[in-house]
Amino acid sequence: MNKTNAHIKWRIAKSNIAKTVILVLAFACVIPLLAIFFYIIKEGVTKINWHFIVSLPKPVGEEGGGIANALLGSLLIVLCASIIAIPIGILCGIYLSENKNTRLAYYSRLAVDILQGVPSIVVGIIIYFWIVKETQTFSAISGSAALALMMLPIIVRSTEETLKLLPDSLKEAALALGLPYHRVILKVLLPCGISGVLSGVILSVARIAGETAPLLFTAFGNPYLNSNIFKPMQSLPLLIFNYATSPYDDWHNLAWGASLILLIWVLLLNIITKITTRKWRVQL
Amino acid sequence: MSNMQQVNYPQTLIAGNALNKSKGLKKSVAAKKSFSQIKFEKIFKSTLVLIALSVVIIVLAIFLTLVVQSMPSIKALGWKFLGGKTWDPVSNVFGAYPFLIGTLITSFLALVISVPFSFAIAIFLGEYYPKGWLSEVLKNVIELIAAIPSVIYGFWGVFVLVPIVRDLETRLGILPYGIGIFTASLILAVMIVPYAASLGREVVRMVPSALKEGAYSLGATRFEVIKNVVIPYAKSGLFAGILLSLGRALGETMAVTMVIGNSPIIPTSIFSPGHTMASVIANEFTEAADSIYLSSLIEMGLLLFVVTVIINVIGKRIIKRFTNE
Repeated sequence: MNKTNAHIKWRIAKSNIAKTVILVLAFACVIPLLAIFFYIIKEGVTKINWHFIVSLPKPVGEEGGGIANALLGSLLIVLCASIIAIPIGILCGIYLSENKNTRLAYYSRLAVDILQGVPSIVVGIIIYFWIVKETQTFSAISGSAALALMMLPIIVRSTEETLKLLPDSLKEAALALGLPYHRVILKVLLPCGISGVLSGVILSVARIAGETAPLLFTAFGNPYLNSNIFKPMQSLPLLIFNYATSPYDDWHNLAWGASLILLIWVLLLNIITKITTRKWRVQL
Repeated sequence: MSNMQQVNYPQTLIAGNALNKSKGLKKSVAAKKSFSQIKFEKIFKSTLVLIALSVVIIVLAIFLTLVVQSMPSIKALGWKFLGGKTWDPVSNVFGAYPFLIGTLITSFLALVISVPFSFAIAIFLGEYYPKGWLSEVLKNVIELIAAIPSVIYGFWGVFVLVPIVRDLETRLGILPYGIGIFTASLILAVMIVPYAASLGREVVRMVPSALKEGAYSLGATRFEVIKNVVIPYAKSGLFAGILLSLGRALGETMAVTMVIGNSPIIPTSIFSPGHTMASVIANEFTEAADSIYLSSLIEMGLLLFVVTVIINVIGKRIIKRFTNE
């Protein structure tokens, strides 16, 4: 009797130990996250002021300077990427949700899966050959194309999944009223699923806002203020990479400030995604 | 196509008539309108097909571009490219072996470090606390880890992690580089935790409760249920999570480039500096002047592309099979 009791006790103890180990391991992941946050905030917050946002980087040795060119560049590049990727992504998502079992849908889905897994540096190489080499110059628009290629799978997937969730009766009712097909989709289905689609779009923007590798051989970077999308352009992640790997403290300071701004930007986009998805779930 | 028009025509005309009555328009206007609607419908449908097709074409074109552009080095070097142990662009010797080894070591080391953590998170969120504020906090932490841009990981690594590793190396009595394969693996491990963790959570959650209840009713403790029921059932899904993280780790560029030391030597230990395929492309692509140099870099890109595609497709297949069961 005593022996079995001891055995049961040992088993329960083992179970408790396992639970503690799992808890500790699971929450150990909070440590690097907090470490990164605090370090970036600590280093970045003292560098950010109005001057930092509106002025250009100064050459090495001069105090101050800002990241206006990178902020403008990042905004423009991401904007152009969205303009390219959003219509294509949404239309492809519509096709996939409407035609579930055709052969084209199968290959298209496979292509989207593959596109999602392509390493970002390979996307950079591809766009270098498709656009930069053809036009003979690094340009912001080629950077946008590279980022658009990375946004596409996320938008397609979220559109497809959202539209699949909508009840069939909605579409049937609209068709029964005699609405032509394109109006059923664009005026009935898409508005019903808009928050799901939108959250996919915002998530994709959040994912690519911090991408550096595809921009290395496309947007290339530019120390001057430039709003011509057919010329090389600076962006926040590029600036951070270039200045962080330089040996100068002044440039490191600029990079810390830029990192904090980039971090805040990306986190804000993620929070907006969360809010829109929550709204979507409640409606359903 | 003419058949389709015949089917659609009366339907839309009826709609046109209804519109006609309610708005009091002339009949011919309504008919014209419904004809234009039919036209739009056709255009819309073919646009959808065209775009779905274009996505397939883009992926094929990516593959073809990589193959065509790496042809010069494939022709000139052949299999020697993969086995060649020296990488010296100045004297036109291109061997990718150091980078292959560097990529494999960093990725697998990162995987080994991250798997215990991501499985712990998966089991914690899927089994112990599927709901409640504690799991909400952890879920958000995972999402934030995935959201931080890799260049920020790299920057943080250079200024925080490298000194720590250098300290460790001095204590161990090794040459204190600080930068190197071990540091890169540490950063990669943090970055890939979310992929295996969030997928693992979904899989662990899908274990049927009847199975677990059966084990509990036989007197199994919680740990025994997890060990003997949950993990065996979710095995293939957890494996798919590992595969997807591996795909991420192989292709990750910026953070690795910033802390790995960028030297094209065959690493002698996990603390020595090295190079990965992605980091060598990032570093040398814009400097590559002659065609063999450039195309051998692209061949590495092709290799990276093929490997990650295979890993991702297998991973997705496993997930699909798991969710269909």
